[in-house]
Amino acid sequence: MVHSSLAVLVIDENRIRASIIEAGLREAGHERVTVIHDVAGIARRIAEIEPDVIVIDLENPNRDMLENMFQLSRAVKRPIAMFVDRSDQASIEAAVEAGVSAYVVDGLRQERVKPILDMAVSRFNAFSRMARELEEARSELENRKVIDRAKGILMKSRGLSEEAAYTLLRKTAMNQNRKISEIAQSLVTAAGLLGPLEGE
Amino acid sequence: MTAAHQITAGFMPLFDSAVLVAAGEMGFAAREGVELKLQRETSWANIRDRIAIGHFDVAHMLGPMPLACSLGLTPIASETIVPFSLGLGGNCITVSNTVWDGMAAHGAEPDLDPARAGAALGALIRERVGAAREPLRFAVVHPHSGHNYELRYWLAACGIDPDRDIEIVIVPPPFMADALAAGRIDGYCVGEPWNSAAVAAGTGHIVTVKALLWRNSPEKVIGVRKVWAEQNPQALAALLRALHHSARWCQDPTNRTELAELMADARFLGQKPAVQMPVLSGHLALGGGAERAIEDFFVPFDKAANFPWKSHALWFYTQMVRWGQLPHTPQNLAIARDCYRPDLYRSALKPLGVALPGANAKVEGALKAATPVGSAGASLVLGPDGFFDGQIFDPDQIEAYIAGQKHA
Repeated sequence: MVHSSLAVLVIDENRIRASIIEAGLREAGHERVTVIHDVAGIARRIAEIEPDVIVIDLENPNRDMLENMFQLSRAVKRPIAMFVDRSDQASIEAAVEAGVSAYVVDGLRQERVKPILDMAVSRFNAFSRMARELEEARSELENRKVIDRAKGILMKSRGLSEEAAYTLLRKTAMNQNRKISEIAQSLVTAAGLLGPLEGE
Repeated sequence: MTAAHQITAGFMPLFDSAVLVAAGEMGFAAREGVELKLQRETSWANIRDRIAIGHFDVAHMLGPMPLACSLGLTPIASETIVPFSLGLGGNCITVSNTVWDGMAAHGAEPDLDPARAGAALGALIRERVGAAREPLRFAVVHPHSGHNYELRYWLAACGIDPDRDIEIVIVPPPFMADALAAGRIDGYCVGEPWNSAAVAAGTGHIVTVKALLWRNSPEKVIGVRKVWAEQNPQALAALLRALHHSARWCQDPTNRTELAELMADARFLGQKPAVQMPVLSGHLALGGGAERAIEDFFVPFDKAANFPWKSHALWFYTQMVRWGQLPHTPQNLAIARDCYRPDLYRSALKPLGVALPGANAKVEGALKAATPVGSAGASLVLGPDGFFDGQIFDPDQIEAYIAGQKHA
């Protein structure tokens, strides 16, 4: 397989994103993938790895330094260029939007490298989606916690069963056209102001 | 009500983005019907790439960078033009305490004199060669930057070959002081406040400044995607008028406190207002208790500071050729000549009745004193513009200038 002969260097301080890009490259058949999180001492590493392709996070403030090093490095004798075809504005935009920029040694044919970028971009999008879902799950968990506390307060102060307490919260939310978690938060805040009702 | 023009502008966290930042934040853009969206970037490469692919319409750029874009020296070549300069001066050359001690032992004084400091550095370098020590490592912000060219110009004029006698690396501006403190570099050339930051931290000494290497010399500019400029001439003209008013406000000493506070905001520099004062007042602490006031240290408006002189672009071009970044050909020279656009500056500002130079280029280094020049509108005075080694750059004598350039 042609692709597997490429040595790919991924430089990304974000370990989760880097590992997802790495996994994507491996899935696509690229076995010689090296991931670097820290640019300290990178000149020596580049000399060791002799990468055909360098994928670097666009937000890395060391981009100017790395770019210059790639151009001067004796390990990578030829100039480095952004590998997306210059006429292909859409792909470049997609790469930049995704926060991924990729560089390849001049002379490597684009068709061999394009799948790498495609994969890097789709992997990055997957990372963004995962991060978003993680955030949603976290806030969902927070909401559930606050609802549980509100139920506890109602059960204790009004002598309600758990089910009745939840029904009361839901009914209040519907009447006021608000979320249950908001009603629960108000109740918890009010209880906190009124005194140690929860007995925690 | 929405503004007549929406313009997205990228900038780097450096004080010389002030004219652009203040245009957006102090209402100058809004008054011209421009909604200016400012976006901070983390690297010059990002600024360059994002303007090339149309994420930014305009950007705070290194003066030589639009030349590099238009000449195809960058990964994505793009036609980028310069209709406005963001000011003159503002950079310093700073070294570590250890290097300063070594220079002082060879006659350097805390007086910012480029010739004296350069001679001392040269003696220190020769001493290190004799002791078989590693070459000193200096950092600049980008290969296509005024910093790279002024550091090299200074060294070469003092008999130091910047390619053979020292090593030059690239470090992002906000990391310079830390890299110096950690011993990863021995010196650097960068804009403020990143020199005063090292002095304040007690880890660096300022040895000379841009204003003494080449007085009233060009630094940052507004780079504009050429296609966008052609499609949006009214938006560009409105922006240039807003920048003109903003630059005038930035130059006014009575606004210094307000400007320092604005730039100190976490959205811009995130450094205390006090750190912004040296660039505004020209009164620098050099390290070790020494202080010095420098005339024309940073000029955001006066002395035709915003006029995009073709002679500035052409000088950058000669340095690109000098340091092997580009071969000198008639085609390359023509691209360099067309990159800075005084015509766009003139047509945008003409309705304001302000002073506009009559010429597009000037002989750099010829003015020894402030000089009134022929202009349209009000009278215009140019500042002295001498190179520290007495050289003169005549843009009509490019061939001779290039032929006469030395590496050390």
